[in-house]
Amino acid sequence: MSGVLFQLFVYLCAAVIAVPLAKRLGLGSVLGYLIAGIVIGPVFHIVGSETEQLQHFAELGVVMMLFLVGLELKPQLLWQMRARLLGLGGLQVLATAGGIAAIAVLLLDHWRTAVATGLLLALSSTAIVLQTLSEKGLMKTDGGRAGFAVLLFQDIAVIPMLALIPLLAVPEIIEVAQHAAGAAVEAASTGVAAATGAAATPGAAVEAAATGIAATTGAAGAAAAAEAASHGAESGHAAGLSLVARLSGWRYALVVLGAVAFVVLGGHFLSRPLFRFIAASHLRESFTAAALLLVVGIALLMTLVDLSPALGTFLAGVVLADSEFRHELESDIEPFKGLLLGLFFITVGAGIDFAVLFGELLTVLVLTLGVMAIKGLVLFGLGRLFRLRAADHWLFALSLAQAGEFGFVLLAFSTQNAVIPPELGKLLSLVVALSMLLTPVLFIGYDRLVLPRLRSGADQPPDRIDEQGSVIIAGVGRFGQVVNRLLIAAGVKTVVLDHEAGIVERMRQIGIRSYFGDASRPDLLQAAGIEQASAFVVAIDDRDRAVELVAYLKREYPRLFIVVRAFDVDNLYLLRTAGADATVREVFEGSLDAAAATLRGLGHHPFAVEKLKRAFRRHDEDTLDELHALWDRDLELAKNRALLERVRARTAAELEITARDRSRLHDRTERGWTPPPKGYRTTRED
Amino acid sequence: MSADPASQSFAGQEPRRILVLFAHPSLDRSEANAPMVAAARDLEAVTYVDLYAEYPAFEIDIDREQQLLLEHDVICFQHPLYWYSTPAMLKEWQDLVLEHGFAYGSKGTALQGKLFFSATTAGGAESAYSARGENHFTIRELLHPLEQTAQLCGMIYLPPFALFGARTAVDDGRIAAHVADWVRLLTALRDRRLDIARALPRPRLNDNLESLLTAAAASEEER
Repeated sequence: MSGVLFQLFVYLCAAVIAVPLAKRLGLGSVLGYLIAGIVIGPVFHIVGSETEQLQHFAELGVVMMLFLVGLELKPQLLWQMRARLLGLGGLQVLATAGGIAAIAVLLLDHWRTAVATGLLLALSSTAIVLQTLSEKGLMKTDGGRAGFAVLLFQDIAVIPMLALIPLLAVPEIIEVAQHAAGAAVEAASTGVAAATGAAATPGAAVEAAATGIAATTGAAGAAAAAEAASHGAESGHAAGLSLVARLSGWRYALVVLGAVAFVVLGGHFLSRPLFRFIAASHLRESFTAAALLLVVGIALLMTLVDLSPALGTFLAGVVLADSEFRHELESDIEPFKGLLLGLFFITVGAGIDFAVLFGELLTVLVLTLGVMAIKGLVLFGLGRLFRLRAADHWLFALSLAQAGEFGFVLLAFSTQNAVIPPELGKLLSLVVALSMLLTPVLFIGYDRLVLPRLRSGADQPPDRIDEQGSVIIAGVGRFGQVVNRLLIAAGVKTVVLDHEAGIVERMRQIGIRSYFGDASRPDLLQAAGIEQASAFVVAIDDRDRAVELVAYLKREYPRLFIVVRAFDVDNLYLLRTAGADATVREVFEGSLDAAAATLRGLGHHPFAVEKLKRAFRRHDEDTLDELHALWDRDLELAKNRALLERVRARTAAELEITARDRSRLHDRTERGWTPPPKGYRTTRED
Repeated sequence: MSADPASQSFAGQEPRRILVLFAHPSLDRSEANAPMVAAARDLEAVTYVDLYAEYPAFEIDIDREQQLLLEHDVICFQHPLYWYSTPAMLKEWQDLVLEHGFAYGSKGTALQGKLFFSATTAGGAESAYSARGENHFTIRELLHPLEQTAQLCGMIYLPPFALFGARTAVDDGRIAAHVADWVRLLTALRDRRLDIARALPRPRLNDNLESLLTAAAASEEER
């Protein structure tokens, strides 16, 4: 136990110290994690052999990230991307793989090995690129979108690649491979049913396959083992983890289609009633558990049918992009994704073996830079072909020039299938890791070198703004509903949030786009697009949380115009102190209208009633302001109990003022229409 | 009076329908207008609209007001004189209701031939409303904007029905006579006993109202 706690402590420490430092230095969180990994791994050897298992676990972060990306992407958007997905993505994979393979043929003994090398290096790092793009707010730029299209295609392309690689087996390595297969069966048959055990065991099997790279030596071995382990389906057939290992081609196709159909249809029809049921329990953790279960379950299903788990959850995300639970799911998964992804980057850093690296420093460096140069050139050419603008063009080329985590997977799979000899595997693994490590450096280069130069050019057209400033409405009960309707009637784009799933459902039934979720949670606000919003209407029922929310909003987003529904005068003052720009007492106008209707019913002239109403409202607001000045001063001195005393005194004072003012009220209403004194003129004229 | 369709189509047989658009923002203080309203609001063929009561928030129902205009032959503004003009409500009414294509413009013929006049109460004495008086203009001159508005809409503009020294009218005992004149004017207009041709050039309708009244209906139209 203490060992686990110690490791947890070390990893968390590394993340907590390195990431803010890296961000402060302008290096971005990804580089921070990677450096943290290097520090605790190869530099100080605080962590060691457990890294490989951790990396497998941490890959769930990548899976979750794809799920979140899917949630942001409605099916229509995906369909609009099809030209880029196939065109840009397809050409990138083909050209890069072809180019690298062509050069590799000259350097390697077998063309098959060269092709496999080309394929695995053609893939880029979804984890690093998407994380960095969204961190820098570049996801919505043209370059970011093009990059995403390519990454998505690569994720899909992994599936046929996994099918192709066994066909590329090289006879000379096969002898070793047979030995490896034997070892794998043996290792697996020692029998571990639990998921972690199952994952670790095939990992060990692959290690054996890689002709005995000990866990503590070669980074290549460690990484390859971990990656292979993560794709337990591939290396762990013997362990019975795959449903499709012994199926013929067409049966396999049927099972795969069935699994995909299950994800799509289940996501569409089953998830909503399920989430509604869970939301009705009002237990935050059970919803979080359900969200995690969804992601993990789909990842497991995909693994069982030999599909990429990331792709499966991405698909589920797209299916749920229209759901009212979208923002809630996002905010539930987000922290897990962030932590696991960070862990993943740390393990990549920790997995770099400095002994091997320094042993063949020149080779590794030349290979890494060569690979990145080829990838960058291909991307740059494609960017020109698809007419990306200057800044986007550079972003596209620089961001995707690394190899990625799927490269590890393919590498392990290739070594296991006797396509790539283990020594080369070690080397390539280092190349992949190093290119990932260099990616944040390329982003920094884009920020510091490319952007300033482009900005100085006057011919740069302004960025296209995709989303207009919108209004977030928290709480869509009686109050928020009317606010929302009027804003929509005025052509304002609104995002409506409510923590009652029932209300959200009813809203949706009458055609109001609304989302389920607790609006006082920062992550949900992020998901709802608060960065782009220009105004925020707080109409939630919990008055204390409303005050907290206003204070938070004012602190984090000072430019946001905040309108709040106040319950009563106390609440109103608290909200004003918290920084609300406009406070509206929820029942005040309604009560005035009721009083006015009563007076009209009593036979008072409607305009006289209107005048009285106006005067009363004015008087009341003046009084409010006067008292707020007093009240506010006291807030500094005393805490709650004294505050209540003060409020009581104030209520009494207000009554008094109202009473005193009642006699004045009448004259005030009549000011404009009071006729001049009788005979004011005749006396002068007489 | 060829411009009066009512008199042409019905040869003066039908009574005229009269719409009084009444605007007083402080009716409970009124000494002249309130008794006028009380005396005339229930007259046959007379429709009273208390604009401040109908639209306390100034949200005038344009369609409804236009429909009322179409249904009447005589349009009257009844109001105290505020700054030589109507209270704000009547200005708002003009701005909103007298739309292009309804009241004016090549297709705006809805008001053609209707009679229009203002029944107003002024604080100053009659002598003040003259070239040498404090107000320098007669009441008819001061209401020229209304006169031109009526003309642009193709209406026949009658001189104002005005009460001077309204602030002292009660004390002076002049209200009863004025209210009686008001009722006589409205009924004469309704029954076509007002000599329109003779009334047109007058400075005020109630400047010797008796001389404008004829005995029989329709006789006023024959010239």
